[in-house]
Amino acid sequence: MKRFININLLIFTVFFSCGKLEPKAPLDEDILDGPIEGLSTEQNQMFLRGDIAFNDDIFTKETGLGPLFVSTSCGSCHAGDGKGHPFTTLTRFGQTDENGNTFLHLGAPQLQNRAISGCEPEQLPPEATFSKFTPPANTGLGFIDAVPDADIMAMADPNDADGDGISGVPNWIALKGFITARSGSITNNGKHIGRFGKKAGAYDLLQQTAAAYNQDMGITSTFEPFDTHSGQEIDPEVSNQTVHDVVFYLRTLKAPVQRNINDGEVMRGKELFIQSNCSKCHTPELKTGISPIAALSNKTFSPYTDMLMHDMGKGLDDGYTEGTAKTYEWRTPALWGLGLSKNSQGGAYFLLHDGRARSIEEAIILHGGEAQNSRERYNTLSQQEKQKLIKFLESL
Amino acid sequence: MRKIYFILLGLFIAKTTTAQIDSTLFRRKPLDSTGMLLNMDAVYNRPFLSVGKLPVALGGYVEANYQHLGTDGISEGHQFQMRRFTLFVASGISRRIKFLSEIEFEDGTKEINIEFAALDIEFHPLFNLRGGVIMNPIGAFNQNHDGPKWEFVDRPVSATQMLPATWSNVGFGIYGKQFQKDWVLAYEAYLTNGFNDKIIDNSEGKTFLPAAKEDRERFEESFNGVPLVTAKGAIRHKKIAEVGLSYMGGVYNKFQDDGLELDKRRRVDVVAIDVNSTLPRLKTFINAEWAWVYVDVPATYTQQYANRQRGGFADIVQPLYTGNLFGFNKSVINAAFRFEYVDYNVGRFNETGDNISDHYYAIVPAISWRPSPQTVLRFNYKYSWRADLLGNPLSKTAGVQIGFSSYF
Repeated sequence: MKRFININLLIFTVFFSCGKLEPKAPLDEDILDGPIEGLSTEQNQMFLRGDIAFNDDIFTKETGLGPLFVSTSCGSCHAGDGKGHPFTTLTRFGQTDENGNTFLHLGAPQLQNRAISGCEPEQLPPEATFSKFTPPANTGLGFIDAVPDADIMAMADPNDADGDGISGVPNWIALKGFITARSGSITNNGKHIGRFGKKAGAYDLLQQTAAAYNQDMGITSTFEPFDTHSGQEIDPEVSNQTVHDVVFYLRTLKAPVQRNINDGEVMRGKELFIQSNCSKCHTPELKTGISPIAALSNKTFSPYTDMLMHDMGKGLDDGYTEGTAKTYEWRTPALWGLGLSKNSQGGAYFLLHDGRARSIEEAIILHGGEAQNSRERYNTLSQQEKQKLIKFLESL
Repeated sequence: MRKIYFILLGLFIAKTTTAQIDSTLFRRKPLDSTGMLLNMDAVYNRPFLSVGKLPVALGGYVEANYQHLGTDGISEGHQFQMRRFTLFVASGISRRIKFLSEIEFEDGTKEINIEFAALDIEFHPLFNLRGGVIMNPIGAFNQNHDGPKWEFVDRPVSATQMLPATWSNVGFGIYGKQFQKDWVLAYEAYLTNGFNDKIIDNSEGKTFLPAAKEDRERFEESFNGVPLVTAKGAIRHKKIAEVGLSYMGGVYNKFQDDGLELDKRRRVDVVAIDVNSTLPRLKTFINAEWAWVYVDVPATYTQQYANRQRGGFADIVQPLYTGNLFGFNKSVINAAFRFEYVDYNVGRFNETGDNISDHYYAIVPAISWRPSPQTVLRFNYKYSWRADLLGNPLSKTAGVQIGFSSYF
């Protein structure tokens, strides 16, 4: 009898304590995925649907992959919603100025460097200039999306009126037919401010998502109905609902959480970052306007970007561009989540637009053009000061 | 009137049938205990029940479990699972012709498979024919997979996620066996239908041989008309160990259709080695399998789909107590431990030259209680680590699994 009681006790103990034998969740500040706070239950459901479509849906021939493609799923380019790896780095080619892409008939703007069996992938036309784009992190995109155009324009200084050597201009892009402009949007000759992508070539996350399905995975939708291989309009291979779910997921991914914020070295590093004028382009704080998603409305956040295009010098001029941007201009990348990049890039850094910088310091040193003064100030810092500045950047 | 007649007749037959059920007429076919059986004999080394003088014997096994697993702090909660319900039907058609079939219901009725349905014709101990739906003899687990034989709730990952578990196909082949004192030497060789291109084009996003099972046509039609060759040789010394070496290979893609060339012939080849032994005195049972997979993946496809994989498992089972427990006279309590590892993508990235990760490993300490040799109750704690393609921080899964499996 006693034996039976002991066994029952053991079973109940195991049953009710099994959660304690399982791996703990990582700290919120150590991961990039997860929703913003304040979503409704209905919005949580949409977030989950988008999460599954983004991270779990792997396309196959049967479900529409390719025939030319770069990647088989959204998640394979943005592991853990972080920055990508050279394995899925994109190649864009064919546009050298604001007059548009002259290689569209040869598969531009994006090279699909992989193909399903029986098909040959695209080859880069020998005469085309090109640029490689490492997939960016997805986090906090909804905040970036909700910044009013007026606030972006307020940061622009096209003629360097303040004489600090830093200008900053928007990339004016033509809206795709399926895109609805935000209320209060500012136009220039009928063009709108681009804010997503290395060259800010995408207006919003719907354009970005539909283009990624089409150009990265060879998946057509009602938004991008043309097959990248045949050029023919074909049946949609992803539903509108799935695209909208993914867009919602991207809009409502949380902003990265800064770590060690009260660490003395991190605080000193931030001071050096500001003193070196890095913060002139990598703007520490922005504010959202009114968003259809209440949880995104009127929020102050810390992306460390001004969302504008800057001349980055000859060293980073690949001879390729999008919209009205010059080939040497790049949109200031958000620095939030920088310290967690290694967790999505296979344990190493692949920084700048094409992953050429293998450390934060190398990325700083490769800055030119409008960032040259800041780079020189960095170079004059003592070794300890440099370490503090980098420690600050790693805390983001 | 005619209807009433048939109803009465039916009732009479049913009554007679019921009256004939007499448990003394059931005969259990004794299991072979000579210690000379090999993994490849597993399909016939099962408890069968025959009724009277009927030439048909029946059997089967059932597996169910409870589990609570969590991955990086997220759990699916308490899960009760009916993993498998399998039925065997064996028939001695004549002294040297026999038929065996195995039908499996997995996860309730989510998957219903004919795993084995083959006719054996014996000519000579060294030369016998087998044809029908046969289980390709790759490694040890594929043929020797019955739940009650294992101390672990989960099947080995290398045998289910790298190699296709219970991988069976339609085909024909030969097998034979030679005994020499304490030694037994055996072989099997089959030609069957084979793989298809799902192995490198699937929703798993990795080279995944089990995806070939999704092709429901494979029992009727070969995907490309090229037979899959499977062969195994095994040697056993009664007091030392059994060692098996197996190979399976063929073309997996549709290289031509309607006489038109679509692609070059692309091969999949698998080599496996399996070893098992029971240590004298301690009676520790050691069972291990390791396999290598080679797939000709088009160079212009994505490296996400590997052209090489490798993996295996090692189980150690140590009897701790033998005797009476709760009135079960032949009870055995075992402590067991499994280590398993699979590298789903052996290679380096073209872009960086860095190692492609995409691997898995796990440890499973376990306690099992066998109230009878044909029934096992198991308590497992499983801890596994999973690396993605790029080698980002490992995802960890762990938890408790409690279940049973029994022949009936």
